[in-house]
Amino acid sequence: MTLELSDEERTILDGERGDGAALAMRLLVGMAEISRAPRLRAITKAHIDGCIDHGRAGLDFAERLAAGDARVAVPSTLNVSSLDLLHPELVRLQGAAREQASRLMDTYVALGCRPTWTCAPYQLPERPSFGEHIAWAESNAIVFANSVLGARTNRYGDFVDICAAIVGRVPDVGLHTDEGRRASLVVRLRDVPDRLVDSDVLFPVLGHLLGTIAGSEVAVIDGLPASTSEDRLKALGAAAASSGSVALFHAAGLTPEAPSVGAVVAPGAREVSVSAEELRRARDQLAPVASGARIGAVSVGTPHASIAELRRLAKLVAVERPRVPLYVNTGRFQLASVASLGEQLADAGVTVVTDTCTYVTPILDDVDGPVMTDSGKWAWYAPSNLGVEVAIGSLEECVRSAAAGRVVRDESLWGP
Amino acid sequence: MGAVIEGRVLVGGHAEAAALVLDEPLSLWGGLDPTTGRIVEVRHPQHGEVVTGRILVMPSGRGSSSSATILAEAIRLGTAPAGIVLREPDEILAIGALVAAELYGRTSPIVAVDADLYGSIREGELVTV
Repeated sequence: MTLELSDEERTILDGERGDGAALAMRLLVGMAEISRAPRLRAITKAHIDGCIDHGRAGLDFAERLAAGDARVAVPSTLNVSSLDLLHPELVRLQGAAREQASRLMDTYVALGCRPTWTCAPYQLPERPSFGEHIAWAESNAIVFANSVLGARTNRYGDFVDICAAIVGRVPDVGLHTDEGRRASLVVRLRDVPDRLVDSDVLFPVLGHLLGTIAGSEVAVIDGLPASTSEDRLKALGAAAASSGSVALFHAAGLTPEAPSVGAVVAPGAREVSVSAEELRRARDQLAPVASGARIGAVSVGTPHASIAELRRLAKLVAVERPRVPLYVNTGRFQLASVASLGEQLADAGVTVVTDTCTYVTPILDDVDGPVMTDSGKWAWYAPSNLGVEVAIGSLEECVRSAAAGRVVRDESLWGP
Repeated sequence: MGAVIEGRVLVGGHAEAAALVLDEPLSLWGGLDPTTGRIVEVRHPQHGEVVTGRILVMPSGRGSSSSATILAEAIRLGTAPAGIVLREPDEILAIGALVAAELYGRTSPIVAVDADLYGSIREGELVTV
């Protein structure tokens, strides 16, 4: 199949909008040819992950675009970076590394991106709506946009995200098409106790298991209640996009494209059922530190805590004050949305981290012992990024554990 | 006489070097140190090998899109593989190589080949892509 470009797309390629836009279009055409796309398709929004520092080449690229007068053509938000601009002392990055990270952030702002610095752009106002075509990077944001909002994005990432934002287009393949969004896998909850289905901790654990089963396939989950909150779906998706490359899941009777299993399933899909026992095993494989074990710190808010989660946390720590360091990651927008929330949390002994996350940059002080989290994504990445052992539990269990200095969990949830 | 590898060209170019055949996909982010060209992922079977100047042969890419920046950075520093042969096309590695070509005027050509040809490549064999 050959790629067909419109006249306008050709003029961008020929440099009519400047060298930066031409470079972006050249790379996007290269990607469209590799993915055998028949055409490019217009997008309405972008979320950019290139602002986190992974080496000089990332900065060289952004500066080349800026020098060529490139500007984003659609509203574009920025992902977490390597620095916390609101609390700079929290990140122990020094000298040239700090300078490079800071220049990279400035350059993306100069390209016209909004300095949102959050991995949860779906918690910002003006989030994408159903059926909207967008170019989002950041694995948890991608799976949330596709699954929970019903917007359409492929798994974009370094370099491609900003190119798509500058030309306002993406290759028209994969999850942008109806066929690409059908489920080739059905995951059924089998005899999972209602109490577990109605508890926060199910969702990161189910997500972790889903990622290992699905890989990059689209799955439909059967057995989640229609009342399941967005925050729980966020936790599920983030975990599935860590242990696997899940970019879209459906949940029958819950997510917007799936009134039923039949509405989204592709012919010949395979079926897998999941029991409470398998879920408990998945939990212990992901985060092996057991109930009762001593912990050195607690980190919650990966992906960035929502306003609802911040409020819940503030209530909980007002009653049970943490004895070990308790960190919460959130976006500056979410934090500023509720007056005095930041002070309440700080007064109760919580360290609030914005713009970045405790697993991507040096923040945690020399931790004495394992770390507890409510996040499947944090549990997946922290052992290799930070060299810590991890326990997982609900937000309530994390706060209780922070107060006790050891893992306190309700094990009866998982059955006998 | 080495093997001449022809397949679907993801990133154009020419390279001739000894093959380094990986038993498993490698995520370059977290798996390759671009300052040394060494495989640093401790769970990887070829942990400790140096990819610099070799034809890197692996089934597919793996993991985070940040691998694109790591490949571009390795090309910038001169520690990258001379070329890459994959069984499955990988857009993340391809964009890294394309960006390096734009920024630094050099790159690691990438080809995707069918399973039979892929399986015939031997460790250390001189390969031309």
